[in-house]
Amino acid sequence: MQANDPNIQWVEEPQLGWTGRMYLTPIIDGLTITLNHFFKAAKGDTFTVQFPEERPKFGNPLIYRGVHRLNKDDEGRVKCVACFMCATACPAHCIDIVGTQSPWEDREKYPQSFVIDELRCIFCGMCEEACPVDAIELTSMFDLTGASREEMIFDKEKLLSVYDQTIAAEPMKSKGGHAAGKGA
Amino acid sequence: MAVITVDGRDVQIGDDEKLNCIQAADRAGVTIPFYCWHPGLSVVASCRMCLIETGQKNKDTGKVEMVPKLVPGCQTPVKDGTVIITNSPKVKANQQFVQEGILLDHPVDCPICDQAGECWLQDYYFNFGHKERQADIKPFTSDRKELGEHVTLFADRCVMCSRCVRFTREVSGEAELQVINRGSHAAIDIFPGFPIDNHLSGNVNDLCPVGALCSSDFLYQQRVWFMEPHDSVCVKCSTGCSVQLHENHDKLYRIQPRFNPNANEWWMCDKGRFENQYIDAPERIGGVKRRGRDQFENCDWPAAITEIQRCLQDLVTHQGGKTIAAVVSPFLTVEEAYLLCKYFKGLSPEATLVLGKIPVDGQDEVFAKGFTIRAEKCPNRRGVEEVLRHFQADFMTWDQFLAQADAKRWKGAYITGLYPETWNDEADANRIDNISLKIVQDFSPSPIARKATFVLPGVTFAEKGGCYVNHAGLIQATDWALKPFEAAHIDGQIFSDLAGRRGLYQPTAIMPEVAAEIPFFARSASGVPDGGLNLVTGSEKSPRTSQLGTVTHPIPTFRTVASDMLEVES
Repeated sequence: MQANDPNIQWVEEPQLGWTGRMYLTPIIDGLTITLNHFFKAAKGDTFTVQFPEERPKFGNPLIYRGVHRLNKDDEGRVKCVACFMCATACPAHCIDIVGTQSPWEDREKYPQSFVIDELRCIFCGMCEEACPVDAIELTSMFDLTGASREEMIFDKEKLLSVYDQTIAAEPMKSKGGHAAGKGA
Repeated sequence: MAVITVDGRDVQIGDDEKLNCIQAADRAGVTIPFYCWHPGLSVVASCRMCLIETGQKNKDTGKVEMVPKLVPGCQTPVKDGTVIITNSPKVKANQQFVQEGILLDHPVDCPICDQAGECWLQDYYFNFGHKERQADIKPFTSDRKELGEHVTLFADRCVMCSRCVRFTREVSGEAELQVINRGSHAAIDIFPGFPIDNHLSGNVNDLCPVGALCSSDFLYQQRVWFMEPHDSVCVKCSTGCSVQLHENHDKLYRIQPRFNPNANEWWMCDKGRFENQYIDAPERIGGVKRRGRDQFENCDWPAAITEIQRCLQDLVTHQGGKTIAAVVSPFLTVEEAYLLCKYFKGLSPEATLVLGKIPVDGQDEVFAKGFTIRAEKCPNRRGVEEVLRHFQADFMTWDQFLAQADAKRWKGAYITGLYPETWNDEADANRIDNISLKIVQDFSPSPIARKATFVLPGVTFAEKGGCYVNHAGLIQATDWALKPFEAAHIDGQIFSDLAGRRGLYQPTAIMPEVAAEIPFFARSASGVPDGGLNLVTGSEKSPRTSQLGTVTHPIPTFRTVASDMLEVES
C-alpha cells in the first residue's frame, strides 16, 4: 500500500485547548476512577483474594486444567492400561510410561511406571482427551510448587495421591472406560 | 505380453509371470485388501477379503464376459484379457461385511494391543470398512497363552487367516500350530506339551495381520509408532537376511525381516531376531584404553590415534614391515576392511593381512522352502576375503596368525574382533602375549582385549553403515540405526583417522573407491540397491517388481492417512 493511497484516512492529533494544556481535566478523570475503587474496596467489593489464606473461586472446577491425577478403579487399582495414547497426544512430550503385563487376572496391561514432568507440561488437556479409559484427568489444583526440579516430576504414586486428595471435591468425570476390564 | 484391465486401466505383465489378481492389481497401483494370502505361503482363500469381480475380454469381439459371482483375487490367476473390477458396490459391500464379521468376535482392545499402529484390521477398517462398527456385544477378556518361547497367543484377537499354521507346515516344517474346533469356535492352538520351538518361530508374529500372535520378547516394550525403522542386514550368519531395525531413542527394540528375493525372502531366524542383547550389554567397552605400567589408563581418541600411528611406524622403520599384521574380522564391512588393509599396506607393502577367525557352529540348517540358517556365523567372510585377496594374494588365516605368533614373528598386531559371541579364550590370549604392540578393536571385553596395549571401542552392526557380502556373493548395504555406545567410534572412522583421511567416515563415499580399485566390487560403484547386487552371478531380482513382497503393510498405514487428513485441513 502506498502512502498516497486514496483509501487511507490520515488522522491528525487534535490540538489541546488551554484547559487541556494545564492537564487538570485528565488528572481529575483519573483520580475519580481511583476514588471510586477506593470506596468500593472500603465496602468490601473486591476481586483480590488473600492467597494462600483465602482460595479463589472457579466458575467450574471440572473443566479447569490443573495438576494431573491418575484415577483408581473400584478396587483401588490404577485405572490406566498403559496404552500410551496420552504420551502420543502430548505436545510437550512430558509423559513417560513403562508398560508391562498386569499382575491382575482381569487386566492385561498396566503401567509399571507413569511419570509426568509437571514443569514440562503445558496443561493443554490433550492427555485427558486421548485417554480411552478416563484414567488421567486434570484437577483444579493450580498452586503447584516445589523446591527442586526433581520434586516436580510426578511419578505414579504421587499422581495417585493427587487422586486421593481431590476425589472428594472433584468426582471422576466419567464412569466409563473398561477397555481392559472384564465386563463393561 | 499379457494385458490385464484393472478398474478400466490397462497394465502389462510379462509372459513368464504367474500373477494372481492381487498382484496384477498391485501393478496397476490398485490395492485389493487381503488377510490370509501371503506370497510366500500356499493359497487358501479363506478370509474372503480379496473377493473381486472378474471377467474375460474376448479378443476378437472386444466384448467382456464377467463371472456372475465374486471370486477370491488371491486364488484367481490372471491371463491376457483378464478384467478385474475392485471398486464396484458389490465388491465394496463384501469388504465391509467381511470386516463386520471379523469384528463380531474381535475385542477391539487396540489401546493395549501391541499390533495397534501396524494392524491390518485397523488399517483396512479405516480404508474399506463401514463407517461405524455395528456390533457392540463383546467386551474384552484377556485370553493370553504362551505358545512357545517367543510366541504369545491372544486367541480372541485372531481373524483365522491361518497364515501362521501354513507357515509352520510349509516353511519351518514342524507343523506345531493348527486350527482347533470348527466354525465360530475355531481357534489357533498347539498340541499340549508341544510348544512352537522351531528356529523360525518369530516369523509367525510378523505374519499375523492382527495382534493375535505377539512376540513375547517385544510384548509391551514399545508402541510401534514411536519406533523408527532402519534398513540393515542381519550379521548372525552368512545368509545375510535383509532386516529392519526398529529403534526409539537409541535403543533397539526389535528386528524384523525385510523382503529380499535374493537372500532371505520374507523370513529370518530367531537367533538373528532375538539374540541381540550384546548391543546394549552393560559390559561393553565404552572408552579408549591404553596399557600403563600395570593397568589400563583412559585415553582420548586423538591421542590414541597419534600414538598408534607412531608405534606402528616405528615398528616398520626399526623392525621391518614383516613384523606387523592386521587381523581383519569378518564382521567388518567391505569399506572398513578396505580402509584397514589400505592403511597397513601403506605402512609397509610387506605388512601381513590376516582373515579374522571364522566362527562356525554345527551344520547348515535348511528348511522346507529353502530358507537356510548357515553354519558360518559371520556376515562378511566373502567380502573381507575379496578385499584381502586384492591386497595380498596369500593372506593368512587366524590359525596361521597364531602359529606365527608362537614362532615370535610379530612385533605389532592390529586385531579387530567385533564378534557378537565369545571368540577367544585365555589360551589364544597367551599365545599372542609375546607381541609387544597389540591393538585390539572390539566392543566386548575378552581375554585378548585384556592383554592389549591399546583397546579401541568399536561398534556393532546396528551402529554403523556399510556393505556386507553374503555366502552367495550378494552385496547388501546397511544403514546405521543407533548412535555409537558411549565413546565408541564407528570402526570405519577409526581406520579412516588412522589412515589420515580427513572428516567423517562415509561408507557411501568409500564404496566407489573400493569398486574402482577391486574388480570384484566393480558393480557396486554407483551404490547398492535395496535388494543387493550379486557380485558373482551378476544377476539379481528386485524386491520391488518381483512380487508383492512385503509382510508389513501393503497399504498406507493409519498414520500416513491421518497426516494426509491433517494436511488437507490446514
